[in-house]
Amino acid sequence: MSSNEKPEIEDLSGDKYKYGFVTDIETETAPKGLNEDIIKFISQKKREPEWLLEFRLKAFEHWKTLTEPSWAKLDYKKIDYQDLYYYSAPKQKAAPKSLEEVDKELLRTYEKLGIPLKEQEALAGVVAVDAVFDSVSVATTYRAKLAEQGIIFCSITEAVRDHPELIKKYIGSVVPYTDNFFACLNSAVFTDGSFVFIPKNVKSPLELSTYFRINAKNTGQFERTLIVAEDNSYVSYLEGCTAPQRDENQLHAAIVEIVVLDNAEVKYSTVQNWYPGDSEGRGGIYNFVTKRAACRGINSKVSWTQVETGSAVTWKYPSCILQGDGSSGEFYSVAITNNKQQADTGTKMIHIGKNTTSKIISKGISAGFSNQTYRGLVKVLPGANKARNYSQCDSLLIGRNCGSHTIPYMENRNKTAIIEHEATTSKISEEQLFYCLQRGIGEEDAVGLIVNGFCKEVMQHLPMEFAIEAAKLINISLEGTVG
Amino acid sequence: MVLLEIEDLHASVNGKEIIKGLNLVINEGEVHAIMGPNGAGKSTLSYVLTGREGYEITGGRIKFKGRDINDMPIEERANEGLFLSMQYPVEIPGVSITTFLKHAVNANRKYHNLPELDTFEFIKQVRQDGKLLGIDNDMLKRHVNVGFSGGEKKRLEALQMTVLKPSLAILDEADSGLDIDAMKVVANGVNALRDGRRSLLIITHYQRLLNYIEPDFVHIYADGKIVKSGDKSLAEKLEKLGYSNFVCGNG
Repeated sequence: MSSNEKPEIEDLSGDKYKYGFVTDIETETAPKGLNEDIIKFISQKKREPEWLLEFRLKAFEHWKTLTEPSWAKLDYKKIDYQDLYYYSAPKQKAAPKSLEEVDKELLRTYEKLGIPLKEQEALAGVVAVDAVFDSVSVATTYRAKLAEQGIIFCSITEAVRDHPELIKKYIGSVVPYTDNFFACLNSAVFTDGSFVFIPKNVKSPLELSTYFRINAKNTGQFERTLIVAEDNSYVSYLEGCTAPQRDENQLHAAIVEIVVLDNAEVKYSTVQNWYPGDSEGRGGIYNFVTKRAACRGINSKVSWTQVETGSAVTWKYPSCILQGDGSSGEFYSVAITNNKQQADTGTKMIHIGKNTTSKIISKGISAGFSNQTYRGLVKVLPGANKARNYSQCDSLLIGRNCGSHTIPYMENRNKTAIIEHEATTSKISEEQLFYCLQRGIGEEDAVGLIVNGFCKEVMQHLPMEFAIEAAKLINISLEGTVG
Repeated sequence: MVLLEIEDLHASVNGKEIIKGLNLVINEGEVHAIMGPNGAGKSTLSYVLTGREGYEITGGRIKFKGRDINDMPIEERANEGLFLSMQYPVEIPGVSITTFLKHAVNANRKYHNLPELDTFEFIKQVRQDGKLLGIDNDMLKRHVNVGFSGGEKKRLEALQMTVLKPSLAILDEADSGLDIDAMKVVANGVNALRDGRRSLLIITHYQRLLNYIEPDFVHIYADGKIVKSGDKSLAEKLEKLGYSNFVCGNG
């Protein structure tokens, strides 16, 4: 690195959130606050069976005994859980049968987001989209085509109604309601989400995709995703998130559960660009998410790929429980924080079965006054003979005012297991910038190029269209970091 | 036509004056060589010309294509046609040569209000240019300078020059670390760009490279200025007599 390290890489402004618009449609909202009545209201609105209401109420009872965790390296204003709305649904006359029946205003919002919801666009994009608008799933495309192969892709609400035996069997089986504060809250008040079921020997012919969007003011979004992949099946699932610009912090506490059986594989990709707050740290989403996959079968495989550029506060550790012999878990992550964003994110790999393998590639980019922590756990239990883990955590700092921390936890209780961990911290060097500029490339483009290069190992695991979108997102997130 | 005009240039690094009253005029199509001992500040000159941070002009001026470029940003100078083949090109992990070049070419086209190049056309062109320099398609997929040998780095610099087609290319120690064969490849690439209009400024320690890229003018640079100028025979003379005969404080 040159001794003349002096590119004035500084925070300028981040008020460039591209998706900051509010959709003006009538919503149906439950009163503020959280109590048994609200939970009953939600359950009733969704016409849920008794067992699910019981599940919610049990979770709520338990939640009241819990305190919000404080171990993460995060600093945010205390959330008043009684000051939030827990249910907000776009008002509609009846369930839409086709897109023509869907609220035009809603469709325009999706258009602005660039979601290929329109049938022809979906056809062109070969993506099945189950769009979650606030709390209720609005339209599901491609369902029929998927159904031909026995694939179920629908909202959780519909799944509860149409496939209660599957939901009953798997919900809470990977993330029990007792798991943690936020998961417990979600279990009590979740409003919608997606359900995917891939039967034996079926490879999903489509990438399944869901967009989440928080729109109404002060609404917590508590969605719940459940993916079940039976023996020898395969699915690639994409999740994208945006939220309009709001002054108040909005809470998002989601759960994703994945069950993978013998020789099945699930790829779960997330591009998250929720509103990160403005340059002063006002507003933005609180993102407290519990994502976990259980590799229950022989040689089952899960990979999490995430590109996280949004949210004011992120608390998220997509994990793999490697129970089946020979099962494997992968975690590929790019997290970008700018301005006053904070992220405490990483993964947990729990090796239980023999010959289980896990791989962690984490790339953290901090700019502005942001703070980022990689927190990862690799745990090898006594029975996990010849388990193998490789972790690589690289941090890239832009400017002088940001922070980056790497906290790897390792617990190895099997002598035949091998755990490897590598970590690096680097800066965009003045030399690299000069090299790009001297070739005529402007500063912002140069930073984008260097950062995208830094993230390449992760980006190449994203499906093609998503990767292009994510690369653009990285550039947008870093606008104004060099001045 | 005058391309570059340096007039009584003074420049310092970290407050220390390195260039102390340098004058140089380069016309279109000319090849100039600046030779000087190690540590004379030859690279400083290349950084001052290209506008690198930390290289401060304290006096005099630089005119490029008739415009004063003292305050012109780095990328603008580049897009105006000033190219620096660097002595120690930096690694950019994860960015393939093709991607990097595409960004550079499109930035340049944008600057000149031209539409972006079609990717297919662009790749075809780069592959063709690469051939001349012994850069095959596999190498084009590699990340910029990552794990490159000295020869590979210099060939990549030459490729960038070929693709970007600058009006004035500054070659800073373009042959350092190269064996004869590799040097010939680089020299061939550079010579292929000589079209009677494009100019070169070759900064070198040894005369060796000048056997392959023949200069019109040779300047001896010492203690922050040009102490003697001549034609290419000056380089040969210098090789025989050594720098001490020219430098020794009597410039």
